[in-house]
Amino acid sequence: MSMSTTTHTDQPVLLAPPRVRAKLATRLRQCLFQSPASAVLTILTIWLVLMLAPPLVQWLLVKASFQAPDAQACRDAGGACWAFIREKYRLILFGTYPHAEQWRPLLATALLVASIVWTAARRLAGLQIVGLWVFTIGAVATLMWGGFLGLAFVENTRWGGLPLTLILSTFGIAFAFPIGILLALGRRSRMPAIKAMCVAYIELIRGVPLISLLFMSSVMLPLFLPEGFSIDKLLRAQLAIIFFAAAYIAEIVRGGLQAIPKGQYEGAESIGLSYWQQTGKIVLPQALKVVIPPLVSTFIALFKDTSLVVIIGIFDLTQAAKAALSDPAWTGFGVEAYLFIGLIYFIFCYSISRYSRSLERNLKR
Amino acid sequence: MSSHHRAPLKFSWNNPEFRALAYQFVVVGLAALLAYYLVSNTLHNLATRNIATGFAFLEREAGFAIGESLIEYSPSDTYARAILVGLANTLRVSAVALVLATMLGVIVGIARLSSNWLVARLASAYVELIRNVPLLLQLLIWYAVIGELLPGPKAAFHPLPGIYLSNRGMLMPSVDGPAVTGILWGLVLAAIAIFAVSRWQRARRRQTGVPARLWPIALTFVLLMPTVGWLLGGREFHLSIPHRSGFNFEGGWALSPELFALLVGLVTYTAGFIAEIVRAGVQSVSHGQWEAAQTLGLPRSRVLRLVILPQALRVIVPPTTSQYLNLVKNSSLAVAIGYPDLVSVVNTVLNQTGQAIEGVLIIMAAFMTVSLTVSLLMNWYNKRIALVER
Amino acid sequence: MSEVIVSLQKVNKWYGDFHVLQDIDLNVQRGERIVICGPSGSGKSTMIRCINRLEEHQSGRIEVNGVELIHDLKRIDAVRREVGMVFQHFNLFPHLTVLENLTLGPTGVLKKPLAEAQAVAMNYLERVRIPDQAHKYPGQLSGGQQQRVAIARSLCMSPKVMLFDEPTSALDPEMVKEVLDVMVSLAEETKMTMLCVTHEMGFARKVADRVIFMDRGEIVEENVPELFFGKPRTDRARQFLNQIVH
Repeated sequence: MSMSTTTHTDQPVLLAPPRVRAKLATRLRQCLFQSPASAVLTILTIWLVLMLAPPLVQWLLVKASFQAPDAQACRDAGGACWAFIREKYRLILFGTYPHAEQWRPLLATALLVASIVWTAARRLAGLQIVGLWVFTIGAVATLMWGGFLGLAFVENTRWGGLPLTLILSTFGIAFAFPIGILLALGRRSRMPAIKAMCVAYIELIRGVPLISLLFMSSVMLPLFLPEGFSIDKLLRAQLAIIFFAAAYIAEIVRGGLQAIPKGQYEGAESIGLSYWQQTGKIVLPQALKVVIPPLVSTFIALFKDTSLVVIIGIFDLTQAAKAALSDPAWTGFGVEAYLFIGLIYFIFCYSISRYSRSLERNLKR
Repeated sequence: MSSHHRAPLKFSWNNPEFRALAYQFVVVGLAALLAYYLVSNTLHNLATRNIATGFAFLEREAGFAIGESLIEYSPSDTYARAILVGLANTLRVSAVALVLATMLGVIVGIARLSSNWLVARLASAYVELIRNVPLLLQLLIWYAVIGELLPGPKAAFHPLPGIYLSNRGMLMPSVDGPAVTGILWGLVLAAIAIFAVSRWQRARRRQTGVPARLWPIALTFVLLMPTVGWLLGGREFHLSIPHRSGFNFEGGWALSPELFALLVGLVTYTAGFIAEIVRAGVQSVSHGQWEAAQTLGLPRSRVLRLVILPQALRVIVPPTTSQYLNLVKNSSLAVAIGYPDLVSVVNTVLNQTGQAIEGVLIIMAAFMTVSLTVSLLMNWYNKRIALVER
Repeated sequence: MSEVIVSLQKVNKWYGDFHVLQDIDLNVQRGERIVICGPSGSGKSTMIRCINRLEEHQSGRIEVNGVELIHDLKRIDAVRREVGMVFQHFNLFPHLTVLENLTLGPTGVLKKPLAEAQAVAMNYLERVRIPDQAHKYPGQLSGGQQQRVAIARSLCMSPKVMLFDEPTSALDPEMVKEVLDVMVSLAEETKMTMLCVTHEMGFARKVADRVIFMDRGEIVEENVPELFFGKPRTDRARQFLNQIVH
């Protein structure tokens, strides 16, 4: 701490602030024991943690087997059987994709994650985002299916695990986005027939669980098609997810449209812009910038919701766990398998939401 | 006196009303064409596959058993009754989970704002964990934990008197007997009476300034009315406490592992989201409100109850409505762990009769009805607590 | 050579049951400068917003530059191309630069080539004395600068009539003068027809050919500025003038 005093100038004397750092004991007291009630809570919480943590740590780490010759040895050890995960992690992560080609879904996953992060960063203009996603979708499709550019063809019944979950959710949002925008504009339209149709669609889809839509598409879509046409199971699930996401995206975009002050519409009208010019050049660019945060959380929610495709038999990340469990040599390790997958979901969703929140804070400054 | 004169409808492209009509005509027309195409394909496909249409199948015998149900059911009952059982199961799980999740959510939400660092951090960790893992996975984990990690009935956990936890589910003490209905009705009537009296007391206080003391009256009602119900019911009821008998248990009320897992999963999951909403709601009330109330001399608890919470409620109610609707929809995940809710029963019916469209329509109709009811109730409540503005 | 460029005949408008414009009769000559004043709620903004169809009148006749304003989109577009408007809250497009704000109308509506539109835009930016802000975003400018950009934006469409809806009411006091100066120079250097709703009486005295006083939906008094401020004829006008500081 320095204090400078000069007596010969008119400058005001600037003192540095005193640096007072409370002692550890005082800080602990303030955080944890501020009032009798707080003290009781602290003691209760510590007691709870002491009761639950040791058996948990014992099971997760201490008695766990990270390497075991077979299932019986693992069971005998008494703790979590992580060796099971070591055995099966490729099946869980990539499904039944041919072993030698698994670098392709890995690359596809990396591409998708990079695109998501880049989009959420909001450093790209509207058209650049569209360009990025057109490229990514094309690249991922090429990588996964193959068939040309020297890549072997892999049919989509063999896709599975994490890449499939990512594909279902990102393609879902990407294709649902334009539909959602149209629905939002339609819902705000003054033409009663169009408004009614959009409202009906949005409320209907939002009122029913995703599972019923998955059933519907899995069972009813084949009936809608003329004879001779069949529709791939994965495509059915993807379509259901797209129509589901469109309704939720529509509501989010509608919120963004409502946030645009009426003056913007009037300013555009007074220059003589037509409805589509106004919407395309003035209203939508502003509205879409505002809705990127809720859109990111919709994406996270959709990423979690894709786990439902398990129920109609699609081989996503959750189903992969079940498949690993169905091996008769390794039964009874459901908790380990699901915890592993839970960890993957958690890491993914938590990172994206943390990233999005830190971006929010940076932008507010 | 308002006079409106509408411009005459000229059939010109420049007339905005005519243009709007033309657009709508085209859009509705296209939609109708698409619908016609899909419907005709569907009818054709159904015919070639020999699948019936219509709801006549509801009268047929179901032929399958349902694990648990609130009402009487046997495999010889109709499909319609089976579906009703599924619906009752869904409603039961949703109602209980809704109440428990709200309570847990409010507690965790307030805990996150606590000045006790440990409690606040733990609550945050809980919320982050819950929100970043899919519900389906959480249900599977709970189900697997109950099935694999809990001991068998012989070595069941005994945390509280009368409660046993094992891999066959949870056992709780229950009450039995004809007087039970009387007691329940008594409680319901007491609640209504207390509500009415509190409204009357508040109105009287506004007019005359006489302070309201609710709790003596409330206590009287809560004691009096159920007792009357018990008397009228024949005075017969006994407490059934589970106790060991041989390799298993007898007595009490059993929650199957499926129902238990579903309840725990739904409650913990929804509570996580409600906690966030409550936290955001309390934080949304500007700090100036605290300061103004405290300068008036109000103690902290009064400030919370009279100034902060009413304002926070306005921010909390709309998103909480969505969470309630999500909970009802999420109960459909029961199909993954084998609890016979509406979706899972209809799915079985669908597979047996092949009438997929009718099945899906039943599911959608049921959910839309429940959603609309919950929405309407919450919107009514929302309007009641809204701020009056110019 | 004067001709009537804007004419309102027996114009009436209701918001529900509220009669916001009552039998408005107004004829504006080409090149005339009109200041409209009155207490809040008198319908002044509504009246000028009817002229470029941001509001719809329910009875009576409005004619702008020879085109009658009726329920016909082509005519509405034609009117809007000849009428420019400056809003109280500027309504600049925040996601476009100043230059893009100015060229949007000429390129999108008048279908001019971009280079020509940019040249015109820079010219007007110089006229409103902020040519160096061309590549900034509206959010980076002060209120006074934003309003001057808004004036330039309307001028880029080469309108025949300029409407001003309380252009300085949302500005901090130290920025009001710079905007008024621009409006005064616009009046003195061009033959622009201007209808201005404002409380700035100094501006009215300097520039206006006519002052119109509205109250409760009707035109109560209109006169040249010296007579309006010096010898108001009606009681309501006198009361209003006493209440505002001029």
